[in-house]
Amino acid sequence: MPGKRLRILVAKPGLDGHDRGAKIIARALRDAGFEVIYTGLHQTPEMIAEAALQEDVDAVGLSILSGAHMTLFPAIIGLLAEKGLGDVAVFGGGIVPAEDIPELKKQGVREIFTPGATTQDIIKWVEANVRPRS
Amino acid sequence: MAESKSAWLARAYPATADRLPAYTTISDMAVDPVYAPEDLNGWTYATDLGHPGEYPYTRGAHASMYRGKLWTMRQFAGFGTAEDTNERFKFLLDQGQTGLSTAFDMPTLMGYDADHPRALGEVGREGVAVSSLADMEALFADIPLDKVTTSMTVNCTASILLAMYFAVAQRRGIPLRALGGTIQNDMLKEFIAQKEWISPPEPSVRVIVDMIAFCAQEAPRWHAVSISGYHIREAGSTAAQELAFTLADGIGYVQAAVERGLDVDRFAPRLSFFFNVHNDFFEEIAKLRAARRLWARIMRERFGATNPRSLQLRTHCQTAGCSLTAQQPLNNIVRVAIQALAGVLGGTQSLHTNSMDETLALPSEQAVLVALRTQQIIAEETGVANIVDPLGGSYAVEALTERLEREAVAYIERIDQMGGIIRAIELGYPQKEIAEASYRYQQQLDRGDKVMVGVNKYQSAQEPPLELLRIGNDVERKQAQRVRERKQARDGAAVRTALAAVREAAKTGANLMPPIIEAVHRECTVGEISDVFRSEFGVYRDPAWI
Repeated sequence: MPGKRLRILVAKPGLDGHDRGAKIIARALRDAGFEVIYTGLHQTPEMIAEAALQEDVDAVGLSILSGAHMTLFPAIIGLLAEKGLGDVAVFGGGIVPAEDIPELKKQGVREIFTPGATTQDIIKWVEANVRPRS
Repeated sequence: MAESKSAWLARAYPATADRLPAYTTISDMAVDPVYAPEDLNGWTYATDLGHPGEYPYTRGAHASMYRGKLWTMRQFAGFGTAEDTNERFKFLLDQGQTGLSTAFDMPTLMGYDADHPRALGEVGREGVAVSSLADMEALFADIPLDKVTTSMTVNCTASILLAMYFAVAQRRGIPLRALGGTIQNDMLKEFIAQKEWISPPEPSVRVIVDMIAFCAQEAPRWHAVSISGYHIREAGSTAAQELAFTLADGIGYVQAAVERGLDVDRFAPRLSFFFNVHNDFFEEIAKLRAARRLWARIMRERFGATNPRSLQLRTHCQTAGCSLTAQQPLNNIVRVAIQALAGVLGGTQSLHTNSMDETLALPSEQAVLVALRTQQIIAEETGVANIVDPLGGSYAVEALTERLEREAVAYIERIDQMGGIIRAIELGYPQKEIAEASYRYQQQLDRGDKVMVGVNKYQSAQEPPLELLRIGNDVERKQAQRVRERKQARDGAAVRTALAAVREAAKTGANLMPPIIEAVHRECTVGEISDVFRSEFGVYRDPAWI
């Protein structure tokens, strides 16, 4: 859809402070031409869902390295749905063991990027899979 | 004198035969094909090197180095409940480890009890859960606190966890003077890199100075702060930035303590450091040597310290977690061995070697054992520990040492011009410099300009999975339940009085350590004491610069 740039919220749930990946992704997505909003660290699921609503985003990228993904990702997806944002594409990255990925996808996470993914991999995925919400 | 290096390069070096368009360190520092005497212009043995154990300590903090005492082998450990980690501690000591190092979980590090909603999903996952004194007692059960030295990685709640460690010793009748160890307690690098905080920089530094003053008086063998470059490097800095921002943080603490009226030669002997050892072998060795020399010069010239122990930079090192790969994880054993060797050749006092599985999970028992054995092989099979600073006098290593020191000095001058490190942090200066370097490196990786074996070169499709340590959800339920039960069972009036005393000290500026020690004896929790910090000192929020 020409004229409408995708809006992406890059969010950092959980208590850990590892924001190297989140910042690189935020910057790479911005450099690729998307509108990027970065929440900063230590966000609760409520804060992230509220930011997604306020910022009217098309996708939410979650970065987590604390091991709490099985608790926090489903919580965020549940809250997005409650706010009528069930069609926002949620993707994630960080330290996520391979065996957790099928369960996260079942819960509604569209894609998980693990260590070694390039910024280009993520940009291409967003271009191919995220559509502006009508 | 033989032909000069530049003349030789022009005449005899076939640059067209170079394999790569440019040769740089992992930090993007260009390196020459060869180093020669002219690279050490103005350099003298007496002023720039000195013998080991003598100013400016380039060759080592101590004269006999590892011939006298091997570095302390200290594996960072912590997961699940206090009992789980206590078992791991005993395993490591049984396997020949010589010091303990404690990893706490995220709620403990951020000042939340296990039963707090913000702790949901995080309890016991990145470290051990400690909410109150009973947890600390279980964590160190059967461990002779007056015989081992203990390191604790904790920052914004460091005063509380150190108070608990001291309280455990007091209950066992061990005097604080007999306790040896280190608490990380470096908040400046939290704002720069690791980003676990409660309150803003100014009050955070005030608490640290309280702890420095308290330990200098009451626990003189304790290192009240470990000035850390490790996390700065893990956040993506270059080697020069790691060196510069770490020493700038050190200057910040010394300045604050001197302004409090403390005598520099009373507290500086117990300042300790913590550096990363990354992949680029010579750059890392040079960084550690430059750190010692520059710190000695700063302490003597800027702060007028005269006690040799104030001038000696003593450091712990850890191999670079960010260099490990999830792909072909056995390769990590090799990376860790080379990094550990750089740490030893750089003259570290203590060392943690990462486990091969740490990009995937907390280390399994088998993985941590290989990591510990790596240190033991370096110490006892390779012979590198038998000669002090064996690379001293290498033109290349000395030239890189000079260069890293120069780059760090330039950064420190800029920070001075901004009004010091706290102001520089408020302006986001170190944070933005690191983010820039980290983004540049990622682009180099994505383009294949820098190589990560198994990730962007030499990939393989078939990879046997490792057996990983998993932390079950029962840990969180159990720990939260325990915290609730203890809060029910304790003397509520004593808790309120103790917390009020902490609040009073926070307000008046009296040293916080005595009331915090009293509070943990009364079973006040990490979360409750942190709440006092939140309400008295305010809460810091991430400026979220991209």
